[in-house]
Amino acid sequence: MNLIHELQTALARLLIFPGLVFAVPTAWFFLWVERKAVARMQGRIGPPFMQPFFDFIKLLGKGTPARSGAAGMLMRAWPLIAVSSAAGAVGLLPVLPASGGFQGDLILLLALLELPSMCIIAAGFSSGSIFGEIGSAREAVLSVSYNIVFLLAILSIAASQHTFSLSALAQLPSSPLRWLGIVAILVCLPAKLHLNPFSLPNAEQEIYSGPMTEYAGPELAMWELSHGLEWVAATGLVATLIAPVFPLWWVAALVFVALSFAIVLLLSVVAAATARLQIDTTVRFYWQCTLIFAVLAVASALFMRFRA
Amino acid sequence: MNLWNKLMCYSRRHSPWLFHMNGGSCNGCDIELIASLTPRYDAEQLGVRLEGSPRHADILCITGPITHNAVNAIKTVYGQVLGPKAVVAIGSCPATTNVFIESRTLDGPLNRHIPVDVFVPGCPPRPDAIILGVAKAAEILAERGNKPPAESVMIPTVDENNVCATEAKEVRA
Repeated sequence: MNLIHELQTALARLLIFPGLVFAVPTAWFFLWVERKAVARMQGRIGPPFMQPFFDFIKLLGKGTPARSGAAGMLMRAWPLIAVSSAAGAVGLLPVLPASGGFQGDLILLLALLELPSMCIIAAGFSSGSIFGEIGSAREAVLSVSYNIVFLLAILSIAASQHTFSLSALAQLPSSPLRWLGIVAILVCLPAKLHLNPFSLPNAEQEIYSGPMTEYAGPELAMWELSHGLEWVAATGLVATLIAPVFPLWWVAALVFVALSFAIVLLLSVVAAATARLQIDTTVRFYWQCTLIFAVLAVASALFMRFRA
Repeated sequence: MNLWNKLMCYSRRHSPWLFHMNGGSCNGCDIELIASLTPRYDAEQLGVRLEGSPRHADILCITGPITHNAVNAIKTVYGQVLGPKAVVAIGSCPATTNVFIESRTLDGPLNRHIPVDVFVPGCPPRPDAIILGVAKAAEILAERGNKPPAESVMIPTVDENNVCATEAKEVRA
């Protein structure tokens, strides 16, 4: 009986809230917020509310280039893997109180968050396009740079409390260390979501569409969707770390959505206000400037644990 | 027409993604195309996005009188755009080769090589005429789907309802 109940909870989380039924419209909404915020910052009116949805439907109705062999099959598979892993990451977020979860789901969440960018790297290299390869190489370098900081920041929060369970982390009282970690994660998010000033892999003026250059139609629609789901998962992770605990489920859900929205707005405004950095400047930024804070956070986390 | 087809038609009309290609243009029309995306004209309100790859595009925007060197590139890129697709010829050059007519370096006009759906004449055309042309092309594309292109449409240069005309009058006055 207990197993069936747990299975039901897990399925509900993956498929309904915060999983697919909630996450897909939210992904489109966040994509719209991003474009609209950039437009407003530039003094434009910007796209209509349903724009990402129209783009998605239109892409589903377009053709795809003929592809053959193993590389062609892989190229078809990458966007699907990216979408499913991003959706899984959203499903793991501990939004509602007492929604289950298990020891170590933080590690699973980090792995699922990382898979889409792995897929982008693989997609660019398997497309055989020179622009795709340059974009993939940039994405790989970028991911090596920001992931150190990103993982260390999350690790410091987890290590200070001696747990790898997301729901336990979400219920912690706020401390200076946790805010340090949250700021470090926020600094990594523009690189993770390919936004200015770290929008190097899809730098349109330099390398066309980067790893996406050879993608078209439904496959491109899947990439767009996985990008939107990454938005939901990444901002949702920060939102669950910031949000205090609410006993009422609908208050918890509302606060989660409001916080995610605020983070999307913040990131979009930063993206609109900045220009793209060069790849070496970006790498130096993460390895020289931000890494210090992450190491400090981990050190203080360990110090706190030994003192306690 | 069932619901899915209606939705698809509506989506195609509201999400034209452009790929811009220069066929030997003097850069005048290219600047006007970019101007149509800037804050003053803001074509993104119609869902327009300038894409980096022809694979992503729905509408191919071609400027210039089509030089010998450009012909093969234009045919290749036209093949790389996946259906349903439309072509907008921006400026007088791709329509008639303009002042460069009978030049030995040219192989224009554009419709000798690929089917053109909308001509936006002008030297250069105003950004609002270009936006009108793109919107018209999106409409054509949505109605036609994957069927082969029919005859082309000409965007009028002077139209009483067009913003161009009213704005030009304001400037003169």
